[in-house]
Parts: sequence; C-alpha cells; structure tokens
Amino acid sequence: MNVVVCAKVIPASSVTIEIDPGTKRMVRRGVSHELDPAAAAALEEGLRLTEKHGGSVTVVTMGITDATIGIRNALAMGASSAVHLLDDAFGGSDTLGTAKVLAAAIRKEPFDLVICATESSDSYSGIVPGQLARLLGIPALTFAKEIAAEGGKITVKRQSESGYDVVEAALPALVSVTSGINEPRYPQLKGIMAAKKKEIKKYTAADLGLAPDQIGAAGAKERVLTVGRPPPRKAGKIITDEGDAGKQIADLLAELKLI
Amino acid sequence: MSDLIWVYAEVVEDRVTPTTLEMLSKAAEVGTAEAVLLGPAPEEAIQTLGNHGAGKVYRSADPVFRDYLTLPALETLAGLIRSHQPAVMLFASSYAGRDLAAGLSALLDSGTIADVGDFVLKDGSVEASVPALGGSYLNTATLVGPGTKILLVRPKSFEPKPRGQTAQVEEIAPPADPSVRKIRVTERVSVPQEGPQLEGAKAIVSGGRGLKSAEHFAMLRELAELLGGSVGATRAVVDAGWVPYSMQVGQTGKTVKPNLYIACGISGAVQHLAGMKSSNTIIAINKDPEAPIFQVSDLGVVGDVFQVVPQLIEQIKKRKGA
Repeated sequence: MNVVVCAKVIPASSVTIEIDPGTKRMVRRGVSHELDPAAAAALEEGLRLTEKHGGSVTVVTMGITDATIGIRNALAMGASSAVHLLDDAFGGSDTLGTAKVLAAAIRKEPFDLVICATESSDSYSGIVPGQLARLLGIPALTFAKEIAAEGGKITVKRQSESGYDVVEAALPALVSVTSGINEPRYPQLKGIMAAKKKEIKKYTAADLGLAPDQIGAAGAKERVLTVGRPPPRKAGKIITDEGDAGKQIADLLAELKLI
Repeated sequence: MSDLIWVYAEVVEDRVTPTTLEMLSKAAEVGTAEAVLLGPAPEEAIQTLGNHGAGKVYRSADPVFRDYLTLPALETLAGLIRSHQPAVMLFASSYAGRDLAAGLSALLDSGTIADVGDFVLKDGSVEASVPALGGSYLNTATLVGPGTKILLVRPKSFEPKPRGQTAQVEEIAPPADPSVRKIRVTERVSVPQEGPQLEGAKAIVSGGRGLKSAEHFAMLRELAELLGGSVGATRAVVDAGWVPYSMQVGQTGKTVKPNLYIACGISGAVQHLAGMKSSNTIIAINKDPEAPIFQVSDLGVVGDVFQVVPQLIEQIKKRKGA
C-alpha cells in the first residue's frame, strides 16, 4: 500500500504566533518551526499501515524553506521519501489554493491512501482534507479515531457528535485523523542518520503546472480585510496559592452570588 | 446580489441542532432564509425550521443521506446551488458541516471562510468576522469571485429566535448517481454521556492534562455538582481517552458560555480558549504561572489543583451547610 501523508510544518509550540497587519498573514519567517504534532499523528498511522501491509510512505509538505526541519523529522520517523512544495508563489494561499497545490503534487505520486491531520495546530480550519479529496476525486473519510485496511478497503471509526460511526470505502481514499489517534514515535538515531541520505524532492508552481492565478495570494478567494484584536478582557487577578487559594475562590464565588 | 441565504439543516440524535436554528435566525434577520434538510428527521423538524425563519425548506427524507455519509448531500447541494444560486450558504462547524463546506468549495471552485462568528452581506459578497488564533485576533474576511459564498459558522454565534412562521416545503429527488455511495456507514455507536449537558450549563468545571489521570475527574464532578453545573474537558484529555468526546470544550468540541467556568489543570491552548473564553467569569487553577489560560481568567490561581480543588469543595460544603 502506498501512502501519501500531508504534513504541515508550523511555528514551534513555543512560538506565540502573530499576524502581520501589513500582509495580513501569520508570521512564519524568522521563527523556529516543527512538524505539526497533528501531522506527526497522520504520519504515524501511515507508518503503521505500511509496516503491516508493505508499501511506502511519502510525505508532502507545502511550506517555506524553514519547513525543511519538519520534513527531516518526518523522514527520521520513517517516511520513505518527501516532497517539499516550495515557491514564493504559494504564499498567501487560502484553503482551496493549498488543496490545489497538494492535489497537483499528490497526482505525481502513486498512491492508494492519502492521510491528513483533521486540522493543523496553527490555523485549525479543518477543511483542506475535504477539498483535497474532492480535487483528487476520491472519497474522504474524515475525523478518524481508528483506521484499518484490508483487501483494498479502508474502514475507520469516525468521530461523531454522540460517539462514533464505522464507515468504509474502497481504496484509493483519503482519511483525516484526529490528533489522539496514536502516540507518534520519536525518531531514533538510526532513523535520523538514514533521513540525511533521503532525497527531498522540491516542486515549484511551474513544476506542478499550476497557473499563478489559481494559487497563492493571487488565487485566494478568501481575502482577509482587516486584522484586529478583540476587546480585551478586563485584567484578572493572579494569586499564588499559599495554602488558602481554595478559600479565596470560594470567597469570590460567594461575592458573585454563585454559591 | 440576491439576499438569499441558505442554511444546511443538521439533525443529530433525532433533533435539529441548535446551531442550525441559530444560523437560520441570523439568516432571516439579514436576508431571505431558506433551509436544506436531507435524510431522516423528526416530524416537527420542518415546523421548527420555519419557526426560526426558513421561508422554504428543500427536503428529501431519503435514507441514502444517512447511510452513505456526506457524499449524497454534497452532490445534492451542488445541484441545488447551481440552479438557485443563493448568495450565501451556511454550515455549522460540525463534522458534517466541515465535510460539506470543504467538498462544495472544491466542487464549485468557490472559497470558504471557516470559523465565522458573524457576517453581513456587503458589496455583492459577504464580510465575515473571524476570530483567529484561538480568539487572540478578531479579523474580517471576504470571498471574491462569482458564485455562492460558503461560510462555516461557529456554534453559539447567534441567538435562536422563534418567529412563529411556517415554511413552504419543496420535495427534491435524492441523487441517482451510484458514485455517491462510495462511503458506507456500517454502524453508529453512541457513547453514553456522563452527567448533565454542557450546553446551557450555568457553571462548568473543566479538566486538562494537569489532572494527570481519568480518576481525578471525580473531584471535578463533585465540584460541578456542588455548583449545579457540569464537567468539561480539553481536547488533550479527550484524545487521551480519559473522558468521552461529548465533554470536549474547544474549537473542535463545544463552544460554551456559562456564567462560571473553572479551568483545572488546563494550560489554555488556542484550541481550548476558542470554546470558552466568552464565559462570564473564568477561574483558572494551574501550576505554571506562564499558562495562557491566566490571560483570560478573572481569577488565576498558580497552584496545585490537587490542593486547591479539594479545599474549594470543602469550603463550598461548609458555606452551604452554614
């Protein structure tokens, strides 16, 4: 089974992400990056499936040069190969633009299954997987909390409002996984060494045959008009527990007539 | 541009979802509201939709919409949108809503704005206000280009308003194309919910990873009970399997606005803040003084939840007894 994993590389969790009021985009340059933990979970599923059924895992990442660190990490975890979609023209893509770039790259790879995170941990829109599946013309089994593959068929437990649904489809298909689906492995020394020798293919918009008006800021149908801050909450009080914090909370609750 | 606004009506557990009614009420306020209701639904569903502002309901009760996930609805909606060209189509930020908005935007090559908290019709398009990065920003966004504008709306963004109207019903045919049956739902499993509903709770006591294990939710239950409220959780602990998804508060869980929110051992990830930061009074207990949850708290306690919460429980019991 050949698996493609869409792996976003995002500002590291230690970074407070900001939006540049000029470009109206997230500030991605000049901050440290990491493989999105949600993407690591998607990759872990791909690795487990191919360990069981054979085949390869290709990681596809759209991102700036700084994303390389996350791609190396994915290779060190065990991905067979990687594709880095790297072009200034991709900057400012909206969700559909992103899905178009990913779809064009994935069409170049032989695949049975595409795995994505349900949503990235920086922007959380959660709609790229559904758009991507439609562009690739394959069914989207979204919000998976468990995946099983057998005999050309994929079965997932899909999160629902009241529990979960068991849904199945024939391959090829796309699955988006919830972040708690597994505990992603840490790269081992052997994997890290092996990753250094693995090639990262790089594609530009031209390599993918994408017209400039389809992608990036130029192709984006979603346009951010204004960047603002919500009205601030009035500053709260912060205390350090010195043995009576429980009592102080109770005092506040009593004062607010909540008890 | 017409002022025709469509709402995708969702039914969960045999009930039209609250977000459906919130969106319809808003749609009726700013334009002409109509709804699309696909698949089995309770008898009173159409009346409920009409009462909340839907002048018309496009309806098919065919079980194909229930048994093959969202693909049949996707094809049907695409067809309906092409023939009627509503200005805006609203979906709830739910599982089905996100699937459909995503699929439709690719199918119709139109943009989508996710996580919409409010919107107006403006200059032939929409202008949506979108809380970004967990609500640390409040941006406005629009969609350019022709075609129906697709918005994914956050729950609890609008007030549901009964208007005492009735809806006209237009029966539509289910899709005949066998390709919509590519994804089969073979089983639906309900995980029973513990305690009272989070929605509508006046007080919510939530736990995060700082609680260390599932057993420690017992003390949160005790506290919630004393406050007449219910228990919530972060995505991290739901993902870890400590508590069921129905308890998840956050961007991908429930959006709540209780009178009192007590966050115990919750650091305040963007994902969580998005679901609770408009609560009236927020109290947070966390051992890390740098935890982002303190930035939205009215009272922040830097301390050990295992010390502070039991003391709080004891204090409330004492005062109630007094």
